[in-house]
Amino acid sequence: MASIIHPANPSESRPGRFGVYGGRYVPETLVAALDELEQAYAAARADSAFQAELSALLGDYAGRPTPLYFAKRLTESLGGARIYLKREDLLHTGAHKINNALGQGLLAKRMGKKRVIAETGAGQHGVATATVCALLGLECVVYMGDVDMERQALNVQRMRLLGAEVRGVSSGSKTLKDAISEAMRDWVTNVRTTYYLLGSALGAHPYPTMVRDFQRVISKEMKQQILEKEGRLPSAVVACVGGGSNAIGAFYEFLNDREVRLIGVEAGGRGTELGDHAARFRGGAPGVLQGTYSYVLQDEDGQIALTHSVSAGLDYASIGPEHAALHDSGRADYVSCDDAEALDAVVKLARTEGILPALESAHAVAEAIRIAPTFAARDILVVNLSGRGDKDMGILARELKL
Amino acid sequence: MPIRFDHKPGLVVYLTAGDPSLNATREIALAAIDAGADVIELGVPFSDPLADGPIIQRASERALARGTRLKDVLALARKIRAARPAAGLIIFTYLNPILRYGLRKFADDAKAAGVDGVLATDMIVEEAAEYLAEMDRVGLAPVFLAAPTSPDARLEAIAKYSKGFVYAISRVGVTGTQQSVAADATALVARIRRWSKLPVAVGFGISNAEHFAQVAEFADAAAIGSAIVELVERSTPETAPGAVARFIKGLYLPYAAAAR
Repeated sequence: MASIIHPANPSESRPGRFGVYGGRYVPETLVAALDELEQAYAAARADSAFQAELSALLGDYAGRPTPLYFAKRLTESLGGARIYLKREDLLHTGAHKINNALGQGLLAKRMGKKRVIAETGAGQHGVATATVCALLGLECVVYMGDVDMERQALNVQRMRLLGAEVRGVSSGSKTLKDAISEAMRDWVTNVRTTYYLLGSALGAHPYPTMVRDFQRVISKEMKQQILEKEGRLPSAVVACVGGGSNAIGAFYEFLNDREVRLIGVEAGGRGTELGDHAARFRGGAPGVLQGTYSYVLQDEDGQIALTHSVSAGLDYASIGPEHAALHDSGRADYVSCDDAEALDAVVKLARTEGILPALESAHAVAEAIRIAPTFAARDILVVNLSGRGDKDMGILARELKL
Repeated sequence: MPIRFDHKPGLVVYLTAGDPSLNATREIALAAIDAGADVIELGVPFSDPLADGPIIQRASERALARGTRLKDVLALARKIRAARPAAGLIIFTYLNPILRYGLRKFADDAKAAGVDGVLATDMIVEEAAEYLAEMDRVGLAPVFLAAPTSPDARLEAIAKYSKGFVYAISRVGVTGTQQSVAADATALVARIRRWSKLPVAVGFGISNAEHFAQVAEFADAAAIGSAIVELVERSTPETAPGAVARFIKGLYLPYAAAAR
């Protein structure tokens, strides 16, 4: 035997670690599959044919590059920074999730896996995965909490129409966290034949790195587009953060541009008590949930807390480990907007720009609305509009009494 | 004290601590030891038990609903240890409760309570440097899981860093009952023995006397969890110790008959 595996010190820098965060905390049964995935992804990443196939699909199928749109009326109504919207909402299936689903779908096919499983919160990742599985001819099972199936019913129907099986999860809080646990139970049982297409920059290594890589295209385009349009970098990039895939995708190419503020917006929910929100950096502490070491909303016994947000996609007790590292290093700032602010932002953007944002993305819009007046007129704010709001019409009709 | 398997075949019994109550878990554990269990695994209930099937998920929910905390599980361990000095006693847990408690304090308190070892389901050898150092500092046995999917290099590491025994997972999947013992298990135990002289216990899905006898053919011990937790679920707090004791005696019945 060449070399045996030795325990490593968590503070050491190595693949899958972001500062002290990240790592791989999973049942032993899954480790070989994660190793296989890590190797397959490294090979695919270095393979120009794989990259060309992905790039072609992102262009012709998903609709990249997405526009960087100057929100003139929103800017004028707020008085302050010039606000640009990165229009991920215009992508096929309606959110940034398709970037990652295409990347991992191609990887699953390359690995010879015929069955794909996924979790979903708002349903956008589930729809993206169901779409890619239809495109590539793969069997698809999506786990979704019962609460989310009810509040995002439209997306459940879309997934079924696309040929996916949607399995409701009735344990725990019946939301994203429980959908992930159930997907992991499926994976640990069917690990030899199944590809787990995780939708956010979460979970055990290599997922946080791989998902970030597939979402990096957002900030790559953003940077090029803002330089073309304005000839300079933005003062700040604003993105909502659930697990954190759209935010890490929007931040990544700006990490070394220290003059660009990076602002992640968590779900402030309906109050500040544990259980009423999903603001991990306000009420959470470092811990291990679902394979990774990051900030986790938990009680004093280390039991995972319930969360609440009007947006299913931000309603999660932990956050991607790279965000935890960016938070601790101070490179990114994390704030929160509550349910009411997000709903107000939906209305404001709809009525000034004729754009209906997803409730998740509306949290980023709400923060932009709050801070734009504090900037000078020449400053630029780029908001990552990660998804469109059609899926939320039921909630919006009820909350806004339409 | 070192973990020993005095019975042939050996038996590891998993109980979700606090289900249906801490007192009941103590009574069930003592009854299990008296009926033939060599090692008791006290399961720390966790809100998100992703390695567990529905039976242990439900037991964890019940235990948490009653307010069972890690410190209560350690206090329970102390009582079991006081009553049965020779039995093996393991804390079976997900990582987050012990991280929140503090790894160092957990190691100190578990040792002081008379615990012999710890099995953390989501701790793998690569991530275990600090954990192993703490286990070693106080003299607790770290028990790692070995899976049918673990390649030889991983089994070598698992064997190297495990103490007490190696816990071989009989099949891919979560905890729960099953129809038969998978062929996976035999091959896995044979592979583990290439790297380790420790006793090997086989668990996940071992549900009845037939499975127990099958496992006895190739492993040192069987670990039984869900089948016993389900028995507890179907019993009252008063009848559960007797029901578990009868179940265990039933496992050993063919062996007792053979000895006569």
